[in-house]
Amino acid sequence: MRTISIQRENGSSVAILAVPVDEVGAHERADFFTKRSIKKDSKLTALYMALSMCDLTTLEGSDTPGRIQQMCAKARYPVPPDLIAPYLLKKNLRPIPSVAAVCVYPSMVPVAVKALAGSGIGIASVATAFPSGQAPLEVKIEDTRFAVEKGATEIDMVINRGAFLSGRYQEVFDEIVEIKRACSSAGNEAHLKVILETGELGSFDRVRLASDIAIEAGADFIKTSTGKITPAATLPVTLIMLQAIADHYKRTGKKVGMKPAGGIRTSKQAIHYLCMVKETLGADWLTPGLFRFGASALVNDLLKQIYKELTGQYYYDKVFSLD
Amino acid sequence: MTGLNTKNTKVAKTIKLFIGGEFPRTESGRSTPVYIYKTKNIYAHVCLASRKDLRNAVTAAQAAQPGWQSKSAYNRSQILYRMAEMTEAKREEFVEILVTTLGLTRANAEKSVDSAIDAFVYYAGFADKYQQVLGSVNPVSGPHHNFTGAEAVGLVGLICNQKFNLAEVASQIAAIISSGNSLVALLATEGGALLAPLAEVFATSDLPKGVINLLSGNTEELYKQFGTHMEIHSLSCQSKDKAMLAELRSMAAANMKRIVSPTKDLLSLEHLMSYVEYKTVWHPIGH
Amino acid sequence: MHTTQQNKIKATETNTAMGPNETFEYAPSIESTDIVKIAPKNKLFINGKFIEPTSGKYFPTINPATEEKISEIADANAADVDKAVKAARKAYTNVWSKLSGKERGRYLFRIARIIQERAREFAVLETLDNGKPIRESRDIDIPLVAAHFFYYAGWADKLHYAVPGSGLKQPKPLGVVAQIIPWNFPLLMAAWKIAPALACGNTVVLKPAESTSLSCLLLAEVLQEAGLPDGVVNIVTGAGETGAALVSHPDINKIAFTGSTDVGRLILKSVANTDKKLTLELGGKSAHIIYEDAAIDQAVEGVINGIYFNQGHVCCAGSRLLLEESIADTFVDKLKLRMEKLRVGNPLDKNTDIGAINSAEEHQKIKRLIDTGKTEGGEYYEPSSLTLPAKGYFHKPCFFNKVSSAFTLSRVEVFGPVLAISTFRTTQEAIMKANDTPYGLAAGVWSEKGSKIHKTAQGLKAGVIWANTFNKFDPTSPFGGYFESGFGREGGRHGLLPYLEV
Repeated sequence: MRTISIQRENGSSVAILAVPVDEVGAHERADFFTKRSIKKDSKLTALYMALSMCDLTTLEGSDTPGRIQQMCAKARYPVPPDLIAPYLLKKNLRPIPSVAAVCVYPSMVPVAVKALAGSGIGIASVATAFPSGQAPLEVKIEDTRFAVEKGATEIDMVINRGAFLSGRYQEVFDEIVEIKRACSSAGNEAHLKVILETGELGSFDRVRLASDIAIEAGADFIKTSTGKITPAATLPVTLIMLQAIADHYKRTGKKVGMKPAGGIRTSKQAIHYLCMVKETLGADWLTPGLFRFGASALVNDLLKQIYKELTGQYYYDKVFSLD
Repeated sequence: MTGLNTKNTKVAKTIKLFIGGEFPRTESGRSTPVYIYKTKNIYAHVCLASRKDLRNAVTAAQAAQPGWQSKSAYNRSQILYRMAEMTEAKREEFVEILVTTLGLTRANAEKSVDSAIDAFVYYAGFADKYQQVLGSVNPVSGPHHNFTGAEAVGLVGLICNQKFNLAEVASQIAAIISSGNSLVALLATEGGALLAPLAEVFATSDLPKGVINLLSGNTEELYKQFGTHMEIHSLSCQSKDKAMLAELRSMAAANMKRIVSPTKDLLSLEHLMSYVEYKTVWHPIGH
Repeated sequence: MHTTQQNKIKATETNTAMGPNETFEYAPSIESTDIVKIAPKNKLFINGKFIEPTSGKYFPTINPATEEKISEIADANAADVDKAVKAARKAYTNVWSKLSGKERGRYLFRIARIIQERAREFAVLETLDNGKPIRESRDIDIPLVAAHFFYYAGWADKLHYAVPGSGLKQPKPLGVVAQIIPWNFPLLMAAWKIAPALACGNTVVLKPAESTSLSCLLLAEVLQEAGLPDGVVNIVTGAGETGAALVSHPDINKIAFTGSTDVGRLILKSVANTDKKLTLELGGKSAHIIYEDAAIDQAVEGVINGIYFNQGHVCCAGSRLLLEESIADTFVDKLKLRMEKLRVGNPLDKNTDIGAINSAEEHQKIKRLIDTGKTEGGEYYEPSSLTLPAKGYFHKPCFFNKVSSAFTLSRVEVFGPVLAISTFRTTQEAIMKANDTPYGLAAGVWSEKGSKIHKTAQGLKAGVIWANTFNKFDPTSPFGGYFESGFGREGGRHGLLPYLEV
């Protein structure tokens, strides 16, 4: 089978297998998870879990400190605790969890840090000339350092698709190594998510290869998309990435996380993803430490579904908040 | 639909074009009356389509064609069968228009509707079978797997016979779309009132928007536009006008349009064959 | 400097992963059976009506997931079979052979549509009587049933295109056909038989398997609803003796049988001295070849689907796994991990992957063969995390690794969720081993190299070859076997030929 030879900084080399993927088979397997019927208390479990795995995201040119503060408040308390407390009490349930993290541009990191102080919620910053990645490496490294120094606990980088699609895999690898290094800055340690931008890669074979390169280069998480193009996250593409993670775990014992991002708007979709993770990697990965949803609209749909499970009625966003 | 009732309280249906799954008026603002047969009483006004309408219809048909071709044959056959069901449901409306505007007897009008339904069912039944009759695995000499399949030609233009015949029009449309082509059809204004129920059948049969587009208009005025439009891959001319056909054949040289002449046996494999292309694929057989 | 320690994500502390429960387990999601109305006694369907059996005898039909009786089924004897054949002959001569292809097609279209409308009812009934998961009867069996009627409806007035040399003349049907079907896909097998027979102009006497008659009898209601003329389709329920009476009846023109190779042999012998035409679709011991350059994760799914789908009750099941030695260990490890995720249980639960074995007899047969396998050698494996329900005929999906071609399990059809695994080293060896069986129904091949797929397909002696996929069925695609897997094809244009005078 074809292998890509990558040189590490210490001079050793690693042979990455170019694992072939059958697209039709991948679609069929992914489709299977949409048939799982998750009801009653298992549904409530899934909804809580999904909420605790959300990275609440805003990445707009028009973002302002006010917007970020607003979003951070929602991140902490997706629904005002006093409003929902009576329903939870009736069913003897835990409080609604906060989301896992917020995801913002580097310039907004300081605002988020202040707004989320003491909450334990992660502060993820995109970096490396997100979303295109079309900038000199020095700029991308500085972009990362800036975010980490200002207090980002997670960095979501983009791979160099130009290099990848023209076959310069060593370059793709080296860049990830550099960014990983930059994640330790000014005494702060951020974990690294590597965005593959699967919608640009053209085939599942390539998604698999990019996943394997990212993991070898030190990614803590691999992530599907920037959310700025379509297609973004899909069940089949996520399945391929989960399979890369599974093989890596089998080989090395190291667990890498997964983050599908973009296009996941409904609770139903989110639950399908959770079934897929459970049946592909196992219960160990069903934790925010190893699985995230890159989403914004999803949070409110999860809340609506939670209300439905609690009360039997269909709710609207205005009960909690639109944003 | 009256127009002549002295009380005139009924709300009459406006008959528009059918383009991209919607019902726009002609951008030219022109219309022509359709009369109650052999009288001077107007039954309805139908649009006189213009070149620009044709251009818009071709754009819609172009956008719709790849998706239509990539649907499974089973899916296309289900949609064609639904057209038969919808036509049956609208039987009364079809019969009324045929009798009132084209002067058919009630019995002949019913037969006409029956034949249209037969056509939809016939081609619904062919959509997932003609490949098995027209295609082949070819025994080439040498270690290659070689197969020929019949595919859609793409965007088909249809100039209907000016002597309007519902069954013929239904057969032609069904044959064209059953193999994955999209279509722009020009109906002569004599039968223009039938455009409405026909379009409604298409609009309620789960057919993707833009696969079938219907224009009512003046054949003399528009045939040249059909003949020279480079995005039309195949042109079916059902008019018996030999001079028109000759001219269209000559115009076809510009983009190698396939020209289909008036077809005799409308429910047949041969008719369907007019609207497919053959693709042959080679692949080595070896360790 | 800003310490991010307190902001650093700590997965299991403040943002607790789980909600109300501690783990994410799937709660039962049981399909309601309210939609189905099962009569306590089910009669024969002859000449368009439901009538009592001559003997007055009925036999029970069991739900294999609960071991409880669902209903009783009429036991047709030779006199009943005679009634049915006479009704079919009369309908053929006086009515059905006089209709045009277009008219025959109309009936079939109508039947297809009604099945689509009553799809949920059929799916639930099938699961109750057969034991297969509701997800499969709902998403695979019933849609394929409707599709088969739909497909053959379209051929009824186009038969002259199906038979080269016909010109404009419609080829002629055979007359009255006797059809005997198995219990593994009850309604689908009925559709595979009835649809082409009727499209070609024949009339039918059908005997369903005795353990799964209910969905065929519901189909009879649909035939009534569609207005199918009396006697065109007749259903005689019963066991081996009913089948024997049907096969030996002098006034049938053709027999179509799907079932075990043993019974197929008996039928072949019994018609040897007659003019009756015959097609047989029998057993298989199909090989599933995985080359080292396969898309491995997808191939694992293909293998799982190939042997554990429908509890392994599939004639074309990929029951022999042939792995290229270089990837054998990796593949088997992935297979084991995947098997741990299979859910065996209540077929009415929408989350069940593997349902009940169809009957106590089948269940015992599988257990006996596994015991044989254990004494012969090979490494036996069954997933440890699976638990079986206390009641019902359930069996864990399992495999024997490192088996030899000479072991019983490499040669005998188990017809259950049992896989036999061995290795090969070259393409030629893979083909040789795959063909090393008296059967020849199906085969699977996985490789990302196109020419190797074609070379392998060229060498395999099997009627259906699945490349980079498995267990794919379509009404347009001919299905049937080589050698002792039977002869004749069902599906596609080729599926018409056995029902015409060609």
